[in-house]
Amino acid sequence: MISVLLRSLGEPSNGRATHISHQRPGRRPTWLTTLLGFVAAFVAILAVNGTAMAQNGEETVGGTMRAKDAAGEKIFVEGVEFSVVDVDGNEVGTATTDAEGVWLVELPGPGVYSVLLDTETLQGFELRNPDKNPLTGVEVQPSTNKNTLFPLGERVVGESNSIRAVQLFVDGIKLGMIIAMCAIGLSLIYGTTGLTNFAHGEMVTFGAMTAFVFHVTWQIDFLGTWMTSLAFGAVMAVLFAGIAGGLFNRFVWKPLRNRGASLISALVVSIGLSIFFRYVFLYQFGGRAGFYRDYRIGQQVEFFGLFTMLRKDIFIVVFSALVLVGIGAALSRTRVGKAMRAVSDNRDLAESSGIDVEQVIRYVWIVGSALAGLGGVLFGLTENINWEMGFRLLLLMFAGVTLGGLGTAYGALLGSIIAGVFIQMSTLIIPGDMKNVGALMALIIILLVRPQGLLGRAERIG
Amino acid sequence: MTGNDFDDELKDALIPDAGPHAGPATHSSDMSVITSDKIAGVDPQAARAALADVPWEPGAKKPDPILVADHVVRRFGGLTAVDADHVEIQRGVITALIGPNGAGKTTFFNLLTNFDTPDEGTRVFDGHNIDKVPAHKIANYGMVRTFQLTKALSKMTVIENMKLGATGQKGESLWRSVLPFMWKNQEREIEARADALLDRFKLSHMRDEFAGTMSGGQRKLLEMARALMVEPSMVMLDEPMAGVNPALTQSLLGHVTGLRDAGMTVLFVEHDMDMVQEISDWVIVMAEGRIIAEGPPASIGQNQAVVDAYLGTHHHSALDLEAEL
Amino acid sequence: MDWGSIIESLFRGLIGESFIVFALAAIGLNLHFGYTGLLNFGQAVFMAAGAYGLAMMVATIGPAANRNFGWDLSESTLFWLGIFVGVVVFPVVFALIMGIPTLRLRADYLAIVTIAVAEIFRIVVRSPTPSIKKWTNSSDGLTGFSGTFYDMSPFSTQDRYLFNLFTGNQMFLVIVGWGVLAIGATICWLLIRSPWGRVLKAIREDEDAARSLGKNAYSYKMQALILGGVFGAVGGMIRAIGFSVAQPDNFITDVTFFVWVALILGGAGKVLAPIVGASLVYGLLNFSDTFLREGVAAEVIPESIMTGTQVGQVRFMLMGLGLALLAAFRPQGIFGNKEEMALDDR
Repeated sequence: MISVLLRSLGEPSNGRATHISHQRPGRRPTWLTTLLGFVAAFVAILAVNGTAMAQNGEETVGGTMRAKDAAGEKIFVEGVEFSVVDVDGNEVGTATTDAEGVWLVELPGPGVYSVLLDTETLQGFELRNPDKNPLTGVEVQPSTNKNTLFPLGERVVGESNSIRAVQLFVDGIKLGMIIAMCAIGLSLIYGTTGLTNFAHGEMVTFGAMTAFVFHVTWQIDFLGTWMTSLAFGAVMAVLFAGIAGGLFNRFVWKPLRNRGASLISALVVSIGLSIFFRYVFLYQFGGRAGFYRDYRIGQQVEFFGLFTMLRKDIFIVVFSALVLVGIGAALSRTRVGKAMRAVSDNRDLAESSGIDVEQVIRYVWIVGSALAGLGGVLFGLTENINWEMGFRLLLLMFAGVTLGGLGTAYGALLGSIIAGVFIQMSTLIIPGDMKNVGALMALIIILLVRPQGLLGRAERIG
Repeated sequence: MTGNDFDDELKDALIPDAGPHAGPATHSSDMSVITSDKIAGVDPQAARAALADVPWEPGAKKPDPILVADHVVRRFGGLTAVDADHVEIQRGVITALIGPNGAGKTTFFNLLTNFDTPDEGTRVFDGHNIDKVPAHKIANYGMVRTFQLTKALSKMTVIENMKLGATGQKGESLWRSVLPFMWKNQEREIEARADALLDRFKLSHMRDEFAGTMSGGQRKLLEMARALMVEPSMVMLDEPMAGVNPALTQSLLGHVTGLRDAGMTVLFVEHDMDMVQEISDWVIVMAEGRIIAEGPPASIGQNQAVVDAYLGTHHHSALDLEAEL
Repeated sequence: MDWGSIIESLFRGLIGESFIVFALAAIGLNLHFGYTGLLNFGQAVFMAAGAYGLAMMVATIGPAANRNFGWDLSESTLFWLGIFVGVVVFPVVFALIMGIPTLRLRADYLAIVTIAVAEIFRIVVRSPTPSIKKWTNSSDGLTGFSGTFYDMSPFSTQDRYLFNLFTGNQMFLVIVGWGVLAIGATICWLLIRSPWGRVLKAIREDEDAARSLGKNAYSYKMQALILGGVFGAVGGMIRAIGFSVAQPDNFITDVTFFVWVALILGGAGKVLAPIVGASLVYGLLNFSDTFLREGVAAEVIPESIMTGTQVGQVRFMLMGLGLALLAAFRPQGIFGNKEEMALDDR
């Protein structure tokens, strides 16, 4: 980076390298406000409880049929038929799994039942324990839902490796674009403030959950049904994530910068916030995975007999591509975008050439967080929404950003897409449940051979 | 007299016990006998006198070079920061490295001390090729550097800072460190040496304070004193006067010349022309990454290449330049 | 509310197994971060290394070796071998994986890679793939490796000891743990007062300065990473013996953050900090945990605010918030003074 370059050329380059900014003493009230704000937020979170599931005093038996597809992606099996029989052999009910793989049978009362799965309806999957069908001795306590488990093996469908490779490549592009969208903010925040923001993943989760709340939980429609659509939810997610990013900058990171807090302590603060919010999400939404109501499954479209894509995935790829091209254009064409890259490149130089660095940082936080929120919605659309989705994605973002070059916007883009493709394609060799291992190993190897990343400039640190 | 003859004669005269290529073993045995801060066999007077016959031109051969750099190139992206064809640093004298802003002085300095790796070129220090040698090993060869932004270790006390400088400490090995009896005696010797140096640099009163509580000038002194704990044959100072209170300037200058008089070679990067004029025996001028001139300090002001270089960047008149030099 | 059990749980937190485990891990982290400035966010992996090194030697690798090579290693031989593997071999391997790519780079790369290694470890150990599961038993974890340890216990399994705080086996574990902790703290104290420790501190303050004075910063950082990892591994091993199971869920990334909170609370860069910090963290955690659970059970805290399962989540929230606030406002810890604190020095 230029700052390093200039430093080694002998110009005293203070500021970012050692401290986020210079100390401004006597700012006690600001951090006191922050502290009080945290406590207030904490109390508010505890008071507004989202989970408390309604117990309706009835007994049910049910379950979720889950399996893994060829890429090791978790999928839900729809259309599996179950029948439940009481101890006397009378059928008390039947059910078919929905798109979420969920089935549920209401029972006449507590007692012992047995559950039979119709293997004809298994859609090509096989039961891992065929001898446990029917499942007998299922004891249901009063007022509870008894969960049963029918583990499935891999789908017995043959596919040639080369066709699978094409399919995985396309899936990888999709994943990579989502990672890229989330990672641009991470990279720009790093570039402009020097902060490795470990709480960025929580912004992704926040976006996904905001859309979920609008789209599934609340379903407010006093202005028409468009208000319950995912599109509206996504707009809200982007809006809220952007606002949250701005607020964080204003009330957490800016005061820290002004106090001259070291980058290391700022990094630890971000880790603390990451844990805090992760468990706030768990507290509010519970450990269960959520899905966007209208988009659980979709029609498959086949391309040239080589790969298939769900309609929603086609949308994700096209939409992400548009957003990313837009961001790229904005970074290279608009005044703010150019300022962002300038500050990222060399804060001191940018500041001395009249750029309002604090303002640029504010924009970076808002835009980066909004993008992370949008990425969260898209990620939730392809997989599921859960409390730690962002944290899992964060590591992939790090892999992508490091691959592309920490602190460079275009590097984040390129690196993330390569990381996405790498993750998916690696399942050709390693088991699907370990696909993220491949990307993380790649991260370590990149650091060994080219620590500055693909687009980063060579610099020797230490 | 040819350069080579002179070289040999000088060596014979000055380094009676060392062969033409004093290896590390001889060198370190030399080091161990220094008790009175004097490098055995180096006579600064003679070393300075020997510079009289050196031509005033870039890349001039020196009679007894301690450090030789050949075709050292460093590029950052498309920008070539340093492209130095040939530089020799005379043993036992004070050499100044000057040049306008952005001339690549500090980069070159980092390359000479291996804190940065050149894209091309070779560097030889005191008979050792140091191209592939990690920076920390250079200190063991007897070359020690200071930094432009002083690196006093602020959360350590002054005496701890000093003791850190000593090389070959037994207690610095992980296994021996938990067995204090293995290193206590050596530690006492090191501490005595450190105290003596602190005395000489008039820092004894700060001995047990955190280095972070010192003033800028005191930090410079501490850094220099700490460097001497390494028992170096060559001291590299990166802008020793930067940020130093004028009241301390004379004392710092005294210490730098003191290093030379004790037989050490000094190379320093500096902006302060007064200092360059006052204490240096030889001046090397860089501009745009290249060595553009060499000579004794008095010769530099008249050098056309130097005048052009400074004018080109500063847009000052020749008179300004005279004033500055 | 049952105040007796609340007080009891407070004391168990202050001096019990969790305290020992986390104090040891925090001593290691103190060597990493407090003295050398290494940002290790994967201390849980080192802990897991200790747990799995022992468990795999006794439960899977050892028996497999006996089968395949016709050896006849007894369980107790495997136990001691396992201690060696868990305390030395595994941590060294992990430290090399983390350190070789990153210790020459800026500090935050190590942070990223340590978290990445923790995640890799978690995914691999939990993997249901048969070729891996046969060594690690997936998410159920490994059991049956702590017998040799408890066989040495002089305490009766029927009785309770130390004001009814511990069962016989727990008492034995806690006493051994205290011993190990005392030895560990002494070693750490000796190390830090030695010239070796001085080099570490110099590297923390300014790596270039240390290098200019002839110190091989890379090598020292690696030594610190390994040694701190060994301390973590000892802690993790005690944790696994205490639970009698080595399970991936006991070594998730959040465990690392608990260690961080303990260290920063006590004040990074001071020998006793990890011990004081771990004791305080576990005292407070156990207290708040039992207090809230009792409160929920006695319906003093209404279910609309918090259910039993959410108590555990609140505890993590407090941990995260505590870490953030400490790092922001008291980076020197609760007892430290600003001059010598380590955290805020860059």
